[in-house]
Amino acid sequence: MGVPVIELAGVGKSYGPISALRDVSLTVDAGSVTCVLGDNGAGKSTLIKIMSGLHPHSEGTLTVDGTARVFGSPREALDLGIATVYQDLAVAPLMEVWRNFFLGSELTGGRFPFAGLRIKEMRRITDAALRDMGIEIDDIDRPIGTLSGGQRQGVAIARAVHFGARVLILDEPTAALGVKQSGAVLKQIAAARDRGLGVVFITHNPHHAYLVGDHFVVLKLGAAVLDARRAEVTLEELTLQMSGGDELQSLSEELSRPS
Amino acid sequence: MTRSPVRLLARPEVGALVAALAIFAFFLAVAPAFRSTGALFTVLYQASTIGIVAVGVGLLMIGGEFDLSAGVVVTTAGLVNSLFCWWFGVNLWVGALLSLLVCLAIGFLNGWLVMRTGIPSFLITLGTFFVLQGVNLGVTKLVTGSVASANIADIDGFRSLQAVFAGNFGIGGVTVWTTVLFWVLFVAVAAWILHRTRPGNWIYAVGGAPESARAVGVPVVRTKIMLFMSVSFLGWFVGMHTLYRFNTLQAGNGVGNEFIYIIAAVVGGTLLTGGFGNAIGVAFGAFIFGMTNLGIVYAGWDPNWFKAFLGVMLLLAVSVNLYARKWGSR
Repeated sequence: MGVPVIELAGVGKSYGPISALRDVSLTVDAGSVTCVLGDNGAGKSTLIKIMSGLHPHSEGTLTVDGTARVFGSPREALDLGIATVYQDLAVAPLMEVWRNFFLGSELTGGRFPFAGLRIKEMRRITDAALRDMGIEIDDIDRPIGTLSGGQRQGVAIARAVHFGARVLILDEPTAALGVKQSGAVLKQIAAARDRGLGVVFITHNPHHAYLVGDHFVVLKLGAAVLDARRAEVTLEELTLQMSGGDELQSLSEELSRPS
Repeated sequence: MTRSPVRLLARPEVGALVAALAIFAFFLAVAPAFRSTGALFTVLYQASTIGIVAVGVGLLMIGGEFDLSAGVVVTTAGLVNSLFCWWFGVNLWVGALLSLLVCLAIGFLNGWLVMRTGIPSFLITLGTFFVLQGVNLGVTKLVTGSVASANIADIDGFRSLQAVFAGNFGIGGVTVWTTVLFWVLFVAVAAWILHRTRPGNWIYAVGGAPESARAVGVPVVRTKIMLFMSVSFLGWFVGMHTLYRFNTLQAGNGVGNEFIYIIAAVVGGTLLTGGFGNAIGVAFGAFIFGMTNLGIVYAGWDPNWFKAFLGVMLLLAVSVNLYARKWGSR
């Protein structure tokens, strides 16, 4: 494998006196899935914000294709091919599927001030891109808010893939979904990986992570407590780490009734 | 890729169109004086003086913001032009240009303050509303000694400006004010921008989901500031019309119109929380306003009831819109 697309070394972030993330290192390679696991408040959101350009990091280095970067805006990250699909899905619920698909990257024809949208073409491309990722939507003129959570997630992923993302950051894509819809999203993650994208899959579900992951990082209280390749870790270890591990052990002693 | 006919009902302007037709039929039935082309064009004129600013306010509301200063800025626009030129004795075109710059600056300031401070635009523009209301009266009193601006009909440039902003022509015995044509033009441009251009896409997005819009690279701050500036530009246009139609202005005018604009937008199907609506709907909203305003007079009723009627209209239209949208998006 060549140079990783994204490499974080000792990255940290403080909001004033509060340190949200300390000394986290991870790599994102093309065509592989890096899973970031952690409980609520473990620092997952902060890590996403740093990689997607919403907040700059305050310690360590973030390199993209071997060049150190500090992102000032999401646009900068996007321009380097780093696309983020947020937990709240970054969609405008009342807008049509195709308008959401092209939001911020609309196709126009003609010259300012008469640059109109190429609506027919955008509708056609949206439909084709969704089908490519195995997402069937009966009517792309529907407000995107009327789609199911899994479908919306799919639109967001297909969107990122279509606009030439090389890295796809997915923020808890399966958190609010049922079993079947989660399965569909995991298939889309695999489809994106097979197309050569580097995927960062953020989740608190070790089972979902283990189904598609190549590399696992577990965060706890803003620091990495586990960093392993697939071959070096089992689902049981991952689950134990996620469910609290040692803490759970002591909790079980505390809660145990005297016999 | 099929479009269902039921989804038509979810379109923002459908409720307003149905309401407009119903009210039109109602006044045709009860007010004989309403049944003439002349009366129709009087209604259209009345609607245009509200509708021009309302279309800007509608766009702004789709973009998720309010402008409570939109009513008084119309008067500010006229006063800046009138008082400046009267005091310094310069050509009225100079004042008109100065007034345009002042209005754009007010719009920019509204937008910039909202984006910079994060304070809801309702409060920021409530502030500018009061500031402008006070300044309108205070400065007019200082300059002319009364609360009305002086007659400017004899100052250079009056004729040409009147031809541009307050012209009318007769066609088949009916007087047509050019503001009606400008209104149609502004609505057409607004509709085109909303549905057929990138900034239009951005307006829906910054209103419906500003954080999401920012995350996918939409220039949220620029889009919203441009919307505030569009409102004050259209306010300037109507201010020019009022000034050159009546030669003189009452400094206290315009107060209360900000709500008429919002009503027109909401009756036209604009969602109060942003992200939904369209320009044609807002035009229907303004048309309903014009019809009710004059229809009551034509029917020979006491015009004091107008506001009560307007309130009922608003409540009805909002419920119909809500129902239609729910039904259409099932």
